[in-house]
Amino acid sequence: MSNELEFLSRRVASGKLSRRDFLGRAAALGVTATFANSLLSGAARAAGPVKGGTLKAGLVGGESTNSLDPALFMTQVPFAFGKMWGEMIVELSPEGKLENRIAEEIGSSDDAKVWTLKIRDGVEFHNGKTVTAEDVAATLERHSDEKSKSGALGYMKGIETIKASGKEVVLTLKEPNADLPYLLSDYHLIVQPNGGKDKADAGISAGPYKVTTNEPGVRHGGERFANYWQGDKMGHADQIEIIVINDATARTAALQGGQVNMINRVEPKIVDLIKRVPGVTIRNHSGPGHYVFIMHCNTAPFDNNDLRMALKLAIDREEMLNKVLRGYGSLGNDFPINAAYPLFTEIEQRKYDPDKAKFHYKKSGHDGSILLRTSDVAFPGAVDAAQLFQQSAAKAGITLEVKREPGDGYWSEVWNKQPFCASYWGGRSTQDQMYSTAYLSTADWNDTRFKRPDFDKMVLAARAELDEAKRKAMYHDMAVMVRDEGGLILPMFNQFIDATGAKVDGWVDDPHQELMNGYALAKCWLQA
Amino acid sequence: MSSPILKLIAQRIALGILLLLAVSVLIFAGTQILPGDVAQAILGQSATPESLANLREQLGLNDPAYIRYFRWLGGVLTGDLGTAMSSGQDIATSIKGRLWNTLFLAFWAAIVAVPLAIILGLIAVRYRNGWVDKLISGLALASTSFPEFFIGYVLVYFFAVKWQIFPGISTVYDGMPFGERMQAIALPATALTLVVLAHMMRMTRAAILNVMQSAYVETAELKGLSAFNVIRKHAFPNAIAPIINVVMLNLAYLIVGVVVVEVIFVYPGMGQYLVDHVTKRDVPVVQAVGLIFAAVYIGLNIIADIAAIVANPRLRHPK
Repeated sequence: MSNELEFLSRRVASGKLSRRDFLGRAAALGVTATFANSLLSGAARAAGPVKGGTLKAGLVGGESTNSLDPALFMTQVPFAFGKMWGEMIVELSPEGKLENRIAEEIGSSDDAKVWTLKIRDGVEFHNGKTVTAEDVAATLERHSDEKSKSGALGYMKGIETIKASGKEVVLTLKEPNADLPYLLSDYHLIVQPNGGKDKADAGISAGPYKVTTNEPGVRHGGERFANYWQGDKMGHADQIEIIVINDATARTAALQGGQVNMINRVEPKIVDLIKRVPGVTIRNHSGPGHYVFIMHCNTAPFDNNDLRMALKLAIDREEMLNKVLRGYGSLGNDFPINAAYPLFTEIEQRKYDPDKAKFHYKKSGHDGSILLRTSDVAFPGAVDAAQLFQQSAAKAGITLEVKREPGDGYWSEVWNKQPFCASYWGGRSTQDQMYSTAYLSTADWNDTRFKRPDFDKMVLAARAELDEAKRKAMYHDMAVMVRDEGGLILPMFNQFIDATGAKVDGWVDDPHQELMNGYALAKCWLQA
Repeated sequence: MSSPILKLIAQRIALGILLLLAVSVLIFAGTQILPGDVAQAILGQSATPESLANLREQLGLNDPAYIRYFRWLGGVLTGDLGTAMSSGQDIATSIKGRLWNTLFLAFWAAIVAVPLAIILGLIAVRYRNGWVDKLISGLALASTSFPEFFIGYVLVYFFAVKWQIFPGISTVYDGMPFGERMQAIALPATALTLVVLAHMMRMTRAAILNVMQSAYVETAELKGLSAFNVIRKHAFPNAIAPIINVVMLNLAYLIVGVVVVEVIFVYPGMGQYLVDHVTKRDVPVVQAVGLIFAAVYIGLNIIADIAAIVANPRLRHPK
């Protein structure tokens, strides 16, 4: 039976059999549609990418204020377009491994303090020049400049010296960091000629597409770069286009009407409707992003661990996952790490337990209602989530007062200022990055005011540790500490939900970011 | 043309300019009251005190508000709208394309909407209180009562998703062939037409009906003119002033009130441009766009005023 199916799927891939016929035959052989479909896409991948055509994406997250300067990338559209024209030093593969791009090899000294990047030969910029070690060094220098507004500045500050010599770039760090290669995969660090010091927003790098159109907030377009160094892997369509469609309904309609081939951010509540549209495939997969309620550990009444524990036990995670995310996510466990991170260890799942919550609440001695601030912009469904939290807490005898704040100014006036509010995190590529960004005492974004010298020491020790098994154990201990003593209530990790239209092939789920970590337009192709 | 008319027109224009200045102060004050500042808005969740201070210094946000206001006003008077704080692009250049797009859409919506509204109004008067009148009024009122986004989505659902006649997203760009451009704006122009239709139609109907009560119309009827000729030759010219007024108001709406329609159809006009920059607290852009909107509004109102004066013999020949 399976031989026949495989034969048929190869026929579809080579265009000798229609997809519908194939599914019919598969059904006749007693195979479920899901399995048949997966077989089909596997066969298409095996048959190899099809060159040519125009791939279009309709994306939310673009504004007329966007710039082509990679240092200033914040939202999804510049991010995704950057992956089209930009080339990275190193990138994360869909399997979570490091994939060398402009750096052919990365090595470190035994103490993880001095790192050497060997620059690949024959990689060409769009302007015809060859990528040199000096360009890479200048790029890193620009992003570590205190005056620069680079989104990568936070970790780039940890680099003490950057030196280019011959084909190598040598980085000396202030503190040992075993994760440096992962940090270099940050999407801001697009290698530019002379590091972009001459013209930061020129849109020139060594990526698979050359910038042809750049109308911020409207559309961005590119044509295939003939001299791309790994043209067999990426850059299948002749042209790519990103159309900015911030309205969710318009985005879905554009996909249904066939004006775009893929969209990002399908709302969980309409996924089931979209699924039924012929030709449309929902591409949902989990990532490190999560939705949270955050308490300031140094502000009354949240400075009492019993009260924090009471609130952690008084939230019904399963209900929230089902109602707010419609199941498109996974349960959170009050620490910001999940299986999307390397070196993750499972910890016993915390459950909704009104009785235990009641016990801890009594022990805390707190009386009266607790103010929880929320807003539509905190995360999609944050207002509903806060109300669900209110109801589940009420059953444990805890009174939450929900205050809805205006979305405008939420990030400047409420988040990281008020002691208890809803928020979200997009996640980082390594555990060290996540903990350093939001859980170190000195971190600007320590939005739970989790200030523990013993924890800080653990972060630094884990960062310098090159032995994976030891590191894994350290991260486990840190996770337990944040989970049981921190100010983070993490009910759920959200999934990326993208969708593709008819004939789009070559999709591979990537846990790091939506749209195959931004590469969907370059790595997918249109079936002939 | 007599001098009183010129004087009246000059007065209107002077008043308009004063009004514009007042509006610019209001807009500036409004943008100051918004919570947070542009540096905070640009950096968003990623703002650290350090990067905030750097950016504020770079953007000159540490000067007092009135100095920033006059600096900007001086620039505007010399034709320099400044650069956008958030992206560093020249505002005048980016606005030019956007304004052109908005005007293009408004123009085609008006070309359809104005004659259609007036003709429908005339037909409604001709068959007043009959079923034709009631049908026209009913449909027009219904289309106006639905919010724009609802009409927009209904149009998208049928014309773009179900039948796939017109594109659901109206992205237009420089160098787009005229035919494609027209196809792209078909749906937003239809939505706009439906939104403004009833107001103009009802006003035409009311104004003409009002005139129809007068003695000279009765005379015209008695001398044997057909019903349409009575309306065309005697009633319409006398009812034109209020009709022009309402047409101008609606034209202004087509230009300054299209934010929602632009967002739904992803049309790169002024509305979207404004919304993007309001969320970024980009004061120069918000002010420039606000000022242009105000100028359009005031300008069209002046035109309506002047047209009403010119159309009215009593104002044309004051005693």
